[in-house]
Amino acid sequence: MHVDPFVLFLAAIFTSNILLTNFLGMCSYLSVSNQISSAFGLGMSVIFVTTITAVICWLAYYQILVPFHLEYLQLIVFIIIIAAFVQLTEIMLERFAPVLYYTLGIFLPLITVNCAIFGVVLFMLIRKYSLVQSFAFGLGGGIGWALAILLLAGLRSRLKEKMIPVGLRGAGISLIMTGIMALAFMGFSGIVNVQ
Amino acid sequence: MNMSKTFYQSAIVENAQWKQILGICSTLAVTNLMLNSLVMGLSLTFALALSSFTISLIRDYTPRNVRMMAQTLIIAAYVIVADIFLKEYYPDISKSLGPYVGLIITNCILMGRAEAFAAKNPPFASMIDGLGAGFGYTLVLLLIAFVRELFGFGTLFGFKILGDWWIKWSIMVMAPSAFFILACLIWLVNTKYYKIKAS
Repeated sequence: MHVDPFVLFLAAIFTSNILLTNFLGMCSYLSVSNQISSAFGLGMSVIFVTTITAVICWLAYYQILVPFHLEYLQLIVFIIIIAAFVQLTEIMLERFAPVLYYTLGIFLPLITVNCAIFGVVLFMLIRKYSLVQSFAFGLGGGIGWALAILLLAGLRSRLKEKMIPVGLRGAGISLIMTGIMALAFMGFSGIVNVQ
Repeated sequence: MNMSKTFYQSAIVENAQWKQILGICSTLAVTNLMLNSLVMGLSLTFALALSSFTISLIRDYTPRNVRMMAQTLIIAAYVIVADIFLKEYYPDISKSLGPYVGLIITNCILMGRAEAFAAKNPPFASMIDGLGAGFGYTLVLLLIAFVRELFGFGTLFGFKILGDWWIKWSIMVMAPSAFFILACLIWLVNTKYYKIKAS
């Protein structure tokens, strides 16, 4: 694929948003969107981790797994890389940036099981991106996810006193709002033509 | 514990999607076709039942602080088996499912069942619990896919159900409808099955 990395970056945010069109990272999206501040913290952590792990996983796959014909181990290698990287970030943050650690700290362990990270890595392989493209896609994917969770957190903070059918409260209404957001984001399709 | 009760409990009463709202990424992503949903459900059931069995088997020997990592690796091993099997024997379906089979590793249902059930119960009961949760997952997938494929393509499992007069609702194949249908399903189950009422 020969797509300009910047186009890919825009596409990952708007036209093929990792959450609104590929449905990745739904669990933490629904459970951490109660407050704007925590949604922001988680969003920032996801941007950081997706960007770096996309690059590390690309290097691990093309520089180590392919030369040794170990492609079948890709899933297990990626999950270890993500878990190890998250753990490492946590330790580094605690040591060097305690303030940031206390804002992001509780969200970091959640990220290991956030499928948005893993999904970005797998999409990057399936679509055979180059290293620079992977970086752009990781960054864009992370920003797209953060954007979606911030939007939902903003909407949910206004729902507190609204009359919502009892059975629909909580997850139900969040899903419906996400659906409407996905409809709105469909309006972006056509700006760039990238899968 | 009674086996059929365990199965029913994890498949219907504690159903991962409508009760706990877990593992809905793939629920939304693969449900535009019934066939894809069925294959996805079977792969997840396979990985879930066997990983629950294995995790429960070694539950007394796993140190507590590395148990998450051990669980993830066990799950990953079974998912790789499912992924390679699909790639070899059903390349078309594997291609259209894309990354979602690999994503079973980070599916919250597996981790949830491992933590909530397999880490405390004997192997065989854990396997039944895994089968139950997998069955519940497949059921929800097929319900959503039924609506989406029927209205979106006019077909079920690829067979034409609605004739040429049917104007396809292309929105059903696209992302937003998945959110709406799952929300309606949760609404329906909450009011009709759990009978949640305003207090």
